[in-house]
Amino acid sequence: MRELLLDIRNERLSFFTPAGEVKALNDVSIQLYKGDVLGIVGESGSGKSVTAYSIMQLLPQNAKIIGGTIDFNGHRINDMTEEDMRKIRGNEVSIIFQDPMTSLNPVYTIGNQIIEVIMLHTNKTRKEALERAEELLALVGINEPKKRLKQYPHELSGGMRQRVMIAIALACEPKLLIADEPTTALDVTIQAQILELMMELKEKLGMTIIMITHDLGIVARMCEKIAVMYAGKIVEYGSVDEIFYNPQHEYTKGLLRSIPRLNDKDKKKLVPIPGTPVDLLNPPAGCPFAPRCDSCMKICLREMPPYTTIKDDHFSACWLLQKKEFEQGGGKK
Amino acid sequence: MVNYLIKRVLVSIFTLWLVATITFFLMYLVPGGPFLAEKTPSAATLEALNRKYGLDQPITVQYKNYMLNLLKGEMGESIKQRGRTVQDIISDGFKVSARVGGLSVLLSVAVGIPLGCIAAINRGKWLDNMIILIATTGVAVPSFVTSTVLMVIFSIKLDLLPTYGLTSWQHYIMPVLALSFYPTAYISRLMRTSMLDVLGQDYMRTARAKGLSQAKSLFKHALRNAVLPVVTYLGPLLAYTLTGSFVVERIFTIPGLGNEFISSIINRDYTMIMGTTIFLAALLIIMNMLVDIAYTIIDPRIKLK
Amino acid sequence: MSDNKKNILSFQLDVSDFLPANEEEKQSLVVMRESVSFWRDGLRRFRKNKIGMASLIVIILIMIFAFVMPEFYPYSYEQQIRGSENLAPMQYSKQELERIANGEKVFPHILGTDSLGRDQMVRVMMGSRISLTVGIVASILVLMIGSIYGTIAGYFGGKVDLIMMRIVDIIYTVPDILIIILLMVTLKYPLKNLADNNPAFSWINTLGVGLICIFIVFSLLYWVGMARIVRSQILSIKEQEFVTAAKALGASHSRIIRKHLLTNAMGTLIATTTLQIPSSIFIESFLSFIGIGVAAPMPSLGSMAALAIDGIYSYPYRLMAPAIMISLIILSFNLLGDALRDAFDPKLKN
Repeated sequence: MRELLLDIRNERLSFFTPAGEVKALNDVSIQLYKGDVLGIVGESGSGKSVTAYSIMQLLPQNAKIIGGTIDFNGHRINDMTEEDMRKIRGNEVSIIFQDPMTSLNPVYTIGNQIIEVIMLHTNKTRKEALERAEELLALVGINEPKKRLKQYPHELSGGMRQRVMIAIALACEPKLLIADEPTTALDVTIQAQILELMMELKEKLGMTIIMITHDLGIVARMCEKIAVMYAGKIVEYGSVDEIFYNPQHEYTKGLLRSIPRLNDKDKKKLVPIPGTPVDLLNPPAGCPFAPRCDSCMKICLREMPPYTTIKDDHFSACWLLQKKEFEQGGGKK
Repeated sequence: MVNYLIKRVLVSIFTLWLVATITFFLMYLVPGGPFLAEKTPSAATLEALNRKYGLDQPITVQYKNYMLNLLKGEMGESIKQRGRTVQDIISDGFKVSARVGGLSVLLSVAVGIPLGCIAAINRGKWLDNMIILIATTGVAVPSFVTSTVLMVIFSIKLDLLPTYGLTSWQHYIMPVLALSFYPTAYISRLMRTSMLDVLGQDYMRTARAKGLSQAKSLFKHALRNAVLPVVTYLGPLLAYTLTGSFVVERIFTIPGLGNEFISSIINRDYTMIMGTTIFLAALLIIMNMLVDIAYTIIDPRIKLK
Repeated sequence: MSDNKKNILSFQLDVSDFLPANEEEKQSLVVMRESVSFWRDGLRRFRKNKIGMASLIVIILIMIFAFVMPEFYPYSYEQQIRGSENLAPMQYSKQELERIANGEKVFPHILGTDSLGRDQMVRVMMGSRISLTVGIVASILVLMIGSIYGTIAGYFGGKVDLIMMRIVDIIYTVPDILIIILLMVTLKYPLKNLADNNPAFSWINTLGVGLICIFIVFSLLYWVGMARIVRSQILSIKEQEFVTAAKALGASHSRIIRKHLLTNAMGTLIATTTLQIPSSIFIESFLSFIGIGVAAPMPSLGSMAALAIDGIYSYPYRLMAPAIMISLIILSFNLLGDALRDAFDPKLKN
């Protein structure tokens, strides 16, 4: 029986800014089981980071969950106080951020910053924490760990700093690891190394991972399931194979089309998706992708499409699919 | 580190020499000479006085003599205050000014830094706006205004505090307060801006993601990064404050160095001018050096070159 | 997965809803924000800043007070009225009461008079005039010298930059109060001699030797701060890609400096210059306070404060007017400078 670790149901989240209410998440639902590796894909502003941060309640004060529930590891996140959240941050759920250059405090040693999280959530003494920190550094593939503990962040390269961030994230053996574009700020070769490391650790420690990225290549390598987000909504969800070989949503198809591939026999032109992303202050009433969609229909502009199930665990929100279903006589499955 | 210190000391000596030279020749340019202000003495007396202070010698000889004496630590006799050496006047005055000044810097730092932090944390809210208002007013009001207003309120109207001298601890209250208005306001502003900048940094988010409380992230992660600009400001602040503020000393009749300094310039007391200028410059240089060293302790990224 | 696979037949669906939508219908949903020019955007932001606008109004009012009102005022600043010494605000002297009894209209001394019978109100006006003049002229001089110096150093870089900045560093190290006072004392006599003996320089006397002295001294010293700021602005803008693009298109040095670098640095320059004004006024009032600023009988807010201290036990109010005035002037310029900086600094935009 697979253990359900994360259950987000119909989450709606808005930022209340002086300019107005920015509707960042519009009915997001995710179920994550222990051991899953989920990739959340989308453009900037699609809501992928916001979803993940909302699990940890890491958003600024003006962000409020206005609908839905988040259940993680037996906690009802919506109802938890800040004090309760502090106990599970870094402990049951951890996050790795995008830019390792700025995510570490420049005035403290690596060791100091790693043992900080250990001593916060466990009863270890400083000495024990330092030993554990050394183990962790070795685990993430940093050589000469003892020496590194005394070094400062600016003495390490980008790749090494990201490994340190991973070490900090894993220090208390979290159930869920969130990786927010962990390799975007790194060179391609280092990127590959970090991803390898994460796969190894996933195998070794049996972690559940949410990988947030805009890079479909990473998703293809690492993830088992993919959620494609647009304008605060999951527009398509499915396994890696399904998404890559049987994409159903126009946006997903557009994303896949716009990736240059090395093995293209004929030199195809890159096909970008026309138009600009949605203004979340005034989101349209219908499908948010409608203005940019080649197959846009009149109803798409008026009403939000419901989810259509395409296969087991593969569904998408699109009126075209509803139309197809309708034409095939009221439901494919 | 040692290399750095040696280099620094050498540069400092050079700068001091430069300052002394510029001052020396500037004073020489002042027409009239030091005895112009007094009742015009007879020609013979004038000549005798000039000879006594070596002012009848050509300028280059005077310069050479002065520099040589300086190396010995002698700054000559005061021209206006007969019988006292410049060193003695400076040290007497400095003892007084340093006490008042030191207390005021302590006060400024103790109040300014927390105020700035509070303002930054409560950005945009009522508390922040209040603090900004106070700080902005504080840097706009000149010290002679704050000193005299304090005196009018507490001494004249309320008759609570004494108006001159430094004989009891009550005497210290007003001068120290008057002296610390501007620096406190300035430090608050500085701290606020710096803290706002730091609070927006990624590593603050990491701290939160680890499960650290607001307070802990603030004290451990934010403060150390944010305090650097304040440390920079402390260098010159200490140098200028410890040598005394002419305004405050004059208003509260405190026999400090600031008073001596300005008086000597106005009275053309050559030797005093030279002495105090060099002293002030030396103090400034030392303070700046201490500040730079403090930097490296606070922020390990900074390397001394 | 959420269970909202709706029953198609359950709500009213028009078959025509499934027809493709055309371009117009799509475009109507796209909202683009209009782009504005740098200046218009900055001015708009400034206008929204209530404190900035308020301080601008206050400054304009003060300017009218200082430059316009004295021309229409019945008293002048150096006029010593016998019998009217040491009057309290709005108080009349014996002679003046007599004149009123005789039917003459005597304008009241709104702020009283000083120990020489001079009307305080007009003296405060003139003092403000001095302060404002010093502030503005000194800042313009500093701006001009500093930006030319800083632009050259920043733009050409290399050895030129190195030498120029070394000079700046040396000037910076020397304590400024020192040099100012020394220069003030040193320059007074030569300048006076020049003004008295050389007809070409007699205008110095009309403006006042003290004033000119202050201008010279400030220009000699304070441009370094401006030079540093301008240089760092130029350095950072220089590295940005649009400058490389301009060069690639063949733009000349002066064109690049003028069109690209200076316009981008302009915001910071305006703010810094505005903030230099209260700084200069501060120092001028200090110099006048200790007695080496503008010469009597020309009043400066600083010297008026100094005079007021002597009589502080008997006439504490005499201090209030110059003190409040000088604080108000400095405060307003500080607020204005802050508001300008907030409005024109692109980094602070969100």
